[in-house]
Amino acid sequence: MARIGVFVCHCGENISATVDVARVASEAAKIPGVVHSVDYKYMCSDPGQQLVKAAIQEKGLTGVVVAACSPRMHEPTFRRACAEAGLNPFLCEMANIREHCSWVHEKGEATTHKAIDIVRTLVAKVKKNRALQPIKVPVTKTALVLGGGIAGIQAALDIANAGHKVILVEKEPSIGGHMSQLSETFPTLDCSQCILTPRMVEVAQHPNITLHSYSELEGLDGFIGNFKARIRRKARSLDEKLCTGCGLCTQKCPLRRIPSEFDAGLGLRPAIYVPFPQAVPNKPVIDREHCTYYRTGKCRLCEKVCPTQAIRFDQPDEIVEADVGAVVVATGFDIKHADFFPEYGYGKYKDVIDGLQFERLASASGPTLGEIRRPSDGKVPETVAFIACAGSRDPAKGIEYCSKICCMYTAKHAMLYRHKVHHGRPVVFYMDIRAGGKMYEEFVRRAMEEDGVQYVRGRVSRIYERGGKLVVKGADTLLGARPVELEADLVVLATAGVAQPGAEDLAQRLHVSYDAHRFYAEAHPKLRPVETNTAGIFLAGACQAPKDIPESVAQASGAAAKVGALFSQSELVREPLIAVVDRQAPPVYSSCSGCFLCQGACPYQAIKREEIRGRDGQLIKTVAKVNPGLCQGCGTCVALCRSKSIDIQGYSHEQVYSEVLALLNRGERDG
Amino acid sequence: MAEFDPKIVAFVCNWCTYAGADLTGTSRMKYSPQVSVIRFPCTGRIDFMLLLKAFAGGADGVIVSGCHPNDCHYSSGNFHARRRWIVFRGLLDFLGIDVRRVRFSWVSAAEGAKWAQLVNETVEQVRVLGPHRAYQRLRGLGVG
Amino acid sequence: MKTGFYPGCSMKGSAREYSESLLAVARELGRELPEVPDWNCCGATAAHNLDRDLALALPARILAAAERQGMAEVLVPCAACYSRLSVTRHELLEDEELRRRISALVAADYRGSARVLNIIEWLEAVPDLEARVRAPFARKVACYYGCLLVRPAGIVKFDRPEDPQSLDRLMRRLGAEPIDWAFKTECCGAGFSVSRTDLVAELSGRILEDAVSRGAEAVIVACPMCHLNLDMRRPNIEKRAGRKFRIPVIYVTQAVGLAMGLKTKALGLQRHKVSPSALLAPASVQPAAGATSASGDSPAGAGSPAGERRP
Repeated sequence: MARIGVFVCHCGENISATVDVARVASEAAKIPGVVHSVDYKYMCSDPGQQLVKAAIQEKGLTGVVVAACSPRMHEPTFRRACAEAGLNPFLCEMANIREHCSWVHEKGEATTHKAIDIVRTLVAKVKKNRALQPIKVPVTKTALVLGGGIAGIQAALDIANAGHKVILVEKEPSIGGHMSQLSETFPTLDCSQCILTPRMVEVAQHPNITLHSYSELEGLDGFIGNFKARIRRKARSLDEKLCTGCGLCTQKCPLRRIPSEFDAGLGLRPAIYVPFPQAVPNKPVIDREHCTYYRTGKCRLCEKVCPTQAIRFDQPDEIVEADVGAVVVATGFDIKHADFFPEYGYGKYKDVIDGLQFERLASASGPTLGEIRRPSDGKVPETVAFIACAGSRDPAKGIEYCSKICCMYTAKHAMLYRHKVHHGRPVVFYMDIRAGGKMYEEFVRRAMEEDGVQYVRGRVSRIYERGGKLVVKGADTLLGARPVELEADLVVLATAGVAQPGAEDLAQRLHVSYDAHRFYAEAHPKLRPVETNTAGIFLAGACQAPKDIPESVAQASGAAAKVGALFSQSELVREPLIAVVDRQAPPVYSSCSGCFLCQGACPYQAIKREEIRGRDGQLIKTVAKVNPGLCQGCGTCVALCRSKSIDIQGYSHEQVYSEVLALLNRGERDG
Repeated sequence: MAEFDPKIVAFVCNWCTYAGADLTGTSRMKYSPQVSVIRFPCTGRIDFMLLLKAFAGGADGVIVSGCHPNDCHYSSGNFHARRRWIVFRGLLDFLGIDVRRVRFSWVSAAEGAKWAQLVNETVEQVRVLGPHRAYQRLRGLGVG
Repeated sequence: MKTGFYPGCSMKGSAREYSESLLAVARELGRELPEVPDWNCCGATAAHNLDRDLALALPARILAAAERQGMAEVLVPCAACYSRLSVTRHELLEDEELRRRISALVAADYRGSARVLNIIEWLEAVPDLEARVRAPFARKVACYYGCLLVRPAGIVKFDRPEDPQSLDRLMRRLGAEPIDWAFKTECCGAGFSVSRTDLVAELSGRILEDAVSRGAEAVIVACPMCHLNLDMRRPNIEKRAGRKFRIPVIYVTQAVGLAMGLKTKALGLQRHKVSPSALLAPASVQPAAGATSASGDSPAGAGSPAGERRP
């Protein structure tokens, strides 16, 4: 006979403001099988948990229903409490009367009724729950870090320094990411390359780190502690072991007119190239799309000049397989490109550039060697307009969010421009200045007060060319929305930071969720900011949301710490919510008839054929068997099984049918 | 005349729609209380006999909702559910249950507003269709 | 599918030539354009500043009348009327309660079934327009959309609001070469035409100045109010600018009519303040590419970038 305890939480006033919690508790007490029912202000607090524990022991409860918040919030809390009181944790269920009831409905009879319905449903379920034993699985103590920008570099180094193996995968020919493209960094104006390149070298030399540059993740299977990654090493068209990185091939390549990705299209590069001098690894790659040999079958000059005969024109892509226990996703961000701003002539006028292009103009290693010269005619611009929030915070453009880094880098750009062109006039058009951060507000102030950057609070409606100048039409809202027209020589748009073009595709390969803007979703916006909803996969950097360098680094170290905690144990405990095939005593053995529909439907190849043999070794029947290490508990096989011979623990037929009937008030007959 | 309050059972997956409905809560968006949720690991787990059981038990409408195509936590469970739903529609029709009583949808963990809208639309729809009285007949057929 | 025609007040008065040229083109295309019976004022600029219900009721009455006639779409050539009718349909379809209330006010059950079409949408849908071109309109033209044709973007859902392309595409099909300019959707002064002619002179003057400086031979418009400001207010514009602008301003339907070889009288070209006679002289641009390059099948907003030029 079931002895169920029901514990109704007020959650301060979060539940009790709209739900009559006392009535929920008294109604719950009337449900057959419920022997204990109370309400309390904060059930998740220590005294609240004590209530649960005491009741389990005093009343000999066989099941617990906590009517409170979402199980995604506190199910682990209460299951742990139950375990501590000696009740199998899988005999505890949460009735979600907060997210699914008190927060979404008005105060009233219907809302209280719904709360009671929810409790009744979960009581019916818990009666059918069974004590389950957690599954133990081994942990592969190697981490896969995706993305070799500053976040990925930091995460890889932290994990490697903790003594674990790291596989770092970068899709570009060199690690370094966007940070390597920057000139100086706010708020200290220290040179980006100078602080980044030592880290890049450290990655290359670290004994615990295996670097796969110019590589991408093909696929990821498995689960926390036991992932299997397939990595595509794209053909560099040269033998990396033979290549010494002397650079002769890149100097001799006759084709030198390809826009350089590293210089954001402002500089040119040859077809065989190293993205930038400090690249790691410092080995070139042949751009097969542009290379004359791949296009016409002639040239092969690089092959002729290579002193070590390292060029391999027929090199294929290589697939590397690796067992990893955890994944850190640090794939970074992109910025909005041309055609998104027709009113600003971005992509049409050469002198309307984006922030990343300005970084290259200001960088000593950039196409102008650090001189600010505009792309159209190479002249030093006398007036430069900087436009903040180009796309960001603009619902009409579909980007409601703030890109977070633009206020700061715009102030930095204006400042750098002023430092390099002393007589120049920088004008910043802005909506608000968001300079929250250590020394950030002071930095913006400095731009205004010491460097004389003119800040105009207003948005720009249009930019067009007139007589070799760019006319910037905007408004000054601090001067009564007066229209402003500025003739600029160069316009820098702080275009919105957006997710990487392949973000969605990668998320689907990793089975992590993403938001409406394709940024990866953290498990909890406040309390689990570096974890995803998929156990064992962590987030670092701007792939989660736009963020600056210090924040990316902090999150990367956070993710690394999470990986470290995971790797500190040799075995992992997994929830046993997996499928099981019916087995029973002879002469039936199993109701499974061996149709193996389930086998084809299982996304994890977790279903195997098992031969049941008699004592004499004679085959009695072949039935399905679930590999508990591989099964993830989706239950697709359960719904598919025609003889209902396969069931899933935690969501069994008995449990869900009881829930449906209880919800409709029909399940209590057999209470 | 008092407005008819339909009883609607929502079968949702744990990873997308359940989380999306949680987000509706954390965003404090309001919707009709006529819907109660039953949680599944995945829409692929949802045995559509459960839907008949719900109708037989007196539900006026049913929602089935999971992750968007390609976003399934288990990669393909939602496709199984979709295929099952397409076949199931024919059975519903055969049983004389108006197909409009079932809403099949995708609500992601980020779509709190969509969940509220889905619930409200379903409640409205079922209100227009009126109470589902055919379940006695179903029980006669031995389904309930 | 039956397409109705809502002229509005301008087309019967100051913009009579817009109506004449539209109907002449429709006749030539063999398209019937029955007027919405017993139509009334759309409320124009005044109603929505005074009374929301009135501003919705006036267009709702027109649209309901069109629905009663079984019209699946209503062509509204005046951009201001188009805006009012589009906004009304949008708001009433969004809000059932409001729809019921307004329906009661106009004593008709407005359903929202009739789609509101602007002149470009109507012309774009002519599949064999290129084949109908007898005398390619081989001119450099400034396509001027004004403010109401493409805004509010979320309601009219037509072309991209900041850099529309549909009229440019249409003019290319007639053999014209649209210039790339920055004033496509800038304000002409609109309703201040009467009360603040100085403002209109300033704003419309800038539009003409940019068009002329980029070599346009004509400004193509799709709005009676824009036409009035750019054409009829020319003396004020020229006085303020201190220079003469000879550039004619013609309606898109007149340009289509000219390309089809219709008579200037039939198109009402004699009615303009600024004579378009220069447009009747031999053409300046080689027409060959124009009439064949663009086709009507590309969706609005996905056209070629504004800077693109044919070699």
